[in-house]
Amino acid sequence: MTLANSLLLSSILFCIGIYGVLTRRQLIGILLSIEIILNGANINFIAFAHFRAADPTAGAIFPIFVMAISAAEMALALAIIIAMHRQKNSKLDIQQLRRLNG
Amino acid sequence: MNGPTLLTAIWLIPFLTVLASLPVDRHNHGLIKKISLLGNTVNLGLIIWLTVRFIESAGSIGTGAGTGATVLHFAMKLPWFELLNIEYNIGVDAISVLMILLTGTVIVTGILASWQVTDQAKEFFALLNTLVAGVYGVFISFDLFTFFLFYEIAVLPMYLLIGLWGTGRKEYAAMKLTLMLVAGSAFILAGILGLYFESGIASFDLMKLAQVNFAPSFQLWAFPLIFAGFGVLGALFPFHTWSPDGHASAPTAVSMLHAGVLMKLGGYGCLRVAMYLLPQGAEIWMPLFLVLVTINVVYGAFGAIRQTDLKYITAYSSVSHCGLVLFGLTAMTYAGMKGAVLQMLSHGLMTALFFCLIGMIYGRTHTREIEKMGGLMRVMPFLSVAFVIAGLAGLGLPSLSGFVAEATVFIGAFANPAPLNRVCTVLAVLSIVVTAVYVLRTANTVVNGPLREQFKHLTDASFMEKLPVVILLFTLFGMGLLPGWIINLVNGAIDPIFHKVVQQ
Amino acid sequence: MAEIFLAHSYLVLLLPLTSFVVIGLWLGRSNPSAAAWLAVALAAVNLAVALTVALASFGHVFEPLATGGASALVALNVEWLNFTPSLTARLGIYLDPISVVMMVVVTTIALLVTFYSMGYMKGDEGYGRFFALLSLFVFSMLGLILSSNIFQMFVFWELVGVSSYSLIGFWYQKPSAVAASKKAFIVTRFADAFFLLGIIMASYYAGSFDFTVLNDPATAKVLAQQTLPWGPGLPVLTVATLLIFVGGWGKSAMFPLHVWLPDAMEGPTPVSSIIHSATMVVAGVFLTARMFPLFAAADLTMEVVRVVGAFTALFAAVIAITQFDIKRILAFSTLSQLGYMMFSLGAAKISGGDGGINSLAYSASIFHIFTHAFFKCLLFLGAGVVIHAVHNNDLAHMGGLRKQLPKTYWSMLIACLAISGVYPFAGFWSKDAILLGAWQSGHYLTFGVGLLVGGLTALYMFRFFFLIFHGESRQETHAPLHEDPVMTLPIMILAVPSALAGIMAEHFFVTHVIPPLSSVPSAGILPHADWLPVAASFAGLAGLLLAWFLYGRGSRALVAVSQERMGFLYTLVSNKFYIDEAYLFITRRLIFDGVAAPIKWFDRRVVDGAMDAVGWLLQRGGNGVRLAQNGLLTLYLGMSILGIVLLFLFGNLPF
Repeated sequence: MTLANSLLLSSILFCIGIYGVLTRRQLIGILLSIEIILNGANINFIAFAHFRAADPTAGAIFPIFVMAISAAEMALALAIIIAMHRQKNSKLDIQQLRRLNG
Repeated sequence: MNGPTLLTAIWLIPFLTVLASLPVDRHNHGLIKKISLLGNTVNLGLIIWLTVRFIESAGSIGTGAGTGATVLHFAMKLPWFELLNIEYNIGVDAISVLMILLTGTVIVTGILASWQVTDQAKEFFALLNTLVAGVYGVFISFDLFTFFLFYEIAVLPMYLLIGLWGTGRKEYAAMKLTLMLVAGSAFILAGILGLYFESGIASFDLMKLAQVNFAPSFQLWAFPLIFAGFGVLGALFPFHTWSPDGHASAPTAVSMLHAGVLMKLGGYGCLRVAMYLLPQGAEIWMPLFLVLVTINVVYGAFGAIRQTDLKYITAYSSVSHCGLVLFGLTAMTYAGMKGAVLQMLSHGLMTALFFCLIGMIYGRTHTREIEKMGGLMRVMPFLSVAFVIAGLAGLGLPSLSGFVAEATVFIGAFANPAPLNRVCTVLAVLSIVVTAVYVLRTANTVVNGPLREQFKHLTDASFMEKLPVVILLFTLFGMGLLPGWIINLVNGAIDPIFHKVVQQ
Repeated sequence: MAEIFLAHSYLVLLLPLTSFVVIGLWLGRSNPSAAAWLAVALAAVNLAVALTVALASFGHVFEPLATGGASALVALNVEWLNFTPSLTARLGIYLDPISVVMMVVVTTIALLVTFYSMGYMKGDEGYGRFFALLSLFVFSMLGLILSSNIFQMFVFWELVGVSSYSLIGFWYQKPSAVAASKKAFIVTRFADAFFLLGIIMASYYAGSFDFTVLNDPATAKVLAQQTLPWGPGLPVLTVATLLIFVGGWGKSAMFPLHVWLPDAMEGPTPVSSIIHSATMVVAGVFLTARMFPLFAAADLTMEVVRVVGAFTALFAAVIAITQFDIKRILAFSTLSQLGYMMFSLGAAKISGGDGGINSLAYSASIFHIFTHAFFKCLLFLGAGVVIHAVHNNDLAHMGGLRKQLPKTYWSMLIACLAISGVYPFAGFWSKDAILLGAWQSGHYLTFGVGLLVGGLTALYMFRFFFLIFHGESRQETHAPLHEDPVMTLPIMILAVPSALAGIMAEHFFVTHVIPPLSSVPSAGILPHADWLPVAASFAGLAGLLLAWFLYGRGSRALVAVSQERMGFLYTLVSNKFYIDEAYLFITRRLIFDGVAAPIKWFDRRVVDGAMDAVGWLLQRGGNGVRLAQNGLLTLYLGMSILGIVLLFLFGNLPF
């Protein structure tokens, strides 16, 4: 396990996430993809903390933060999605959810 | 109350009036109007007091006559954003005092004239008072930043006032008016920022900037920006087209305030900011503006001839008369500038009366088409006589204010011996014939002739309606018959500006 | 004693003003008949004040000849409008021979007409209002006459105009009256715009508005040396005096600005009598006389004054012969007589290169204002009685009124004889002086025109007279007519000066009412032409006899024949040479349709269109940008990611 491998993993996850965000039509799917992006970033943090930092705990705090906040975020996002689902009774297809249309 | 406090009070009171009417039940129109009237009447009292004190103080500490620097009275400076040198910098000279007096008169009569408003009265009067507070703020500000801030406060409520309480194509008119005025403001803002950075002292203080000699190359581009920017509000050709639509759609009090006071901000800014700070730019650009303004005067008058809607007629006459304000300024002579200030006052009072009367006549006949009226003298002699007098003031009849102002403007314009000025003066003087044509055509068609069957039951003005008309008539005659004290005040204020503008 | 009277000369202005304010604001509505009496009483007091001022000034201040002695006096002068530190308009009272004479004329006529109106206007809805406006007019007119500077004169000039406007349109429900009032105001206003321009120009170069300065010979020289910086380089003197004269041109209704005066007859008859015959319309002549020293220095201006005056005299007299509305006949007669006064002033400059001033021509002009005021006022008031009696203005419905209106008949006869210049009535003397002046100054063509017009005057006046009073009655109804004593009393009083004013005042005018010193030297006393009164009388008698022959015997057939024989010419003249139609064409077709309508179109379509186009373009642009905001989340995210990538590649980010 080297730094390079870890970073490669992290960037693969990141790219998968980006791909998912851009191609998914389901809101849930996009949400999952975002989670993958965040995980990619987390791995990046941990890898640097593990291999480079003098005090690895500092690096470990960040992913924990990210996880906590993304959990809160997800909770909110899911709540909104459920509300949208109930209100519009839609399939949560973003091709159809275009109320931000200017 | 010391001077600066008084000045602050004058622009705060309209805001306080708004606050005072907040807790009132929104259906209690009477109380809202009374609060508004009370506040502004008290304010008018303060303004008259201010004027009296100003006359005393001008006598004792002078006005800067003979020098190029205006002496501010009741001045005060408080730092506001020290980082940018923005100050709450207030004071008055005679022009400001007279303009404040005009504003006070017009708003009180305007409120009286909108006694009939019942539709969302609370919001209406709140916006009206906000607007007026902005106007007062402009006239007392000698810091360009706060000046601009108040200027915007004065301009923006107009959008809602016309858009919500107007008549006819009100949304279009409101949008057009606001967009054109805001575009003008954008020019002004650019110019003001230019002044701030080019001055080398990073100050918005008008009096400090007045001592800076701006580079000619800077004056060359900044002057037209600021002059045209204010010119939009002063209905400078070809940026005048918001005026007919705007005035035609606006409710009575708004038309009164807008034509009576707000359009004067344009001339005031042109004189106070553009010409006073950038005299060399003024000299270079004046021929162009002179031609535009002459077009204003003549073209506005001709434009009014063929209109049939009372408000359009008055709006075009305002274009012509406000053109005379700018015409006086572009003459670049002592009497010309003085005439411009007098014309601001005179036109303010006259046009306020006009719109006030049109509102009342419209309220009765439910039409503003002059062809559909006639013989109103028989059923409403008071309104008709007042209407004729307002018209006569418009065509510059001696003994009414218009004559004093126009004569001064013309004499001032002729005093500039450049051939272009002379030619334009001749055209402008001859335009008074055209003015006579449209004024008499309007007055005769509306007031004289046989009375139409459907108007036989109409009644003359009630006491509450007579009140504003009488006040405005009184001021028109007052200024026309005894202009001495006003002229003395204006002399004192114009002298330093004239020195600065001409001696550069 | 004299000083006290002179110091209180402002009362002459104050009294009619008081009358106006009291009646206009209060009494006119609450108690119209009291208002009328108040107006009459104040007018009477005013006449008394004016007479004392006149006696005091002529007795103690004015010297009979312009040699050194004071001939003018500024009784009051207060600052009113300060334009620049060196140019101030004041309000003052300027007493000199012409202003004092005019003051007496105006106050006299005002008293008589006010009194007369109590009868004429009886029962009118606007009874109180009438007296208020009449008082306003008298105030303005007196202010105009007594002005100490040209700016003040302009102020009152306009006030006179507006009071005339409101009196012509007094019956505001009558469309023709309203139209006439508008026409009068606009035509005179047109002239006034030039007048104002002239005032501005003269005051700019002379540095003052005061008549004492403007009429100073030195000022004329200063103005003559300046030339206008543009155009053909005319001297300021000529341009300024011409512009000022245009003001008088309009107010005195000289051709071609005469069109408003006949129409102004739509007003009540007392109004026509005081404003449109005796007082206001002579304001133009008065202005020319007032500015005489300055005008005299400008040869071209004097020439214009003379030619315009002479032409108008002839032109109006010719038209008067063919009119049937009795008030219009009198209006054209007034025009013609104003022409006399005007050309006489112009003829005061002796013909030839360096001709001096002929003082007689100047005096004659003022003299004619004086005599004309009485007999023309009488004629109008008499016409008012006739109209009041038969309820018609048209000669075709009159005839044979001699028996029914005897007092009016005899008074009118005196007035007609006076205006026709029959010895020894008032008009003979003043007209004789005018003709003599023109002859002495060497303006022989003008003199010839004057003589001819004298004959024509007799012709049309006696046509008027005979068709009203002689022959058979052509009235539709034959109800008995009566003369109201309130109306006949002023007429009979006026008959006295109409008969005697000439013979009694001639010497006074020739010696006392003389032109002030000007830069042009006076020519002294010029030789008299003894044959001239005979020639003038002959012309007058010829006209009178012709009128008798054509109309006096009451033969309607003959009238018709004379109209038919003249054919085309008659139609042309009776339609007043189609001047009104020409004006209508100019205003309607050229100004309204040719200028105002295109401007309206241009403003709405082009200027406003351009503004709308800017708005439209911005809106289009906004719509273009809006396409990107399509609400597709994928696109938004993709764009932001793309942005980050681009920034990473090309930007200057810290990572």
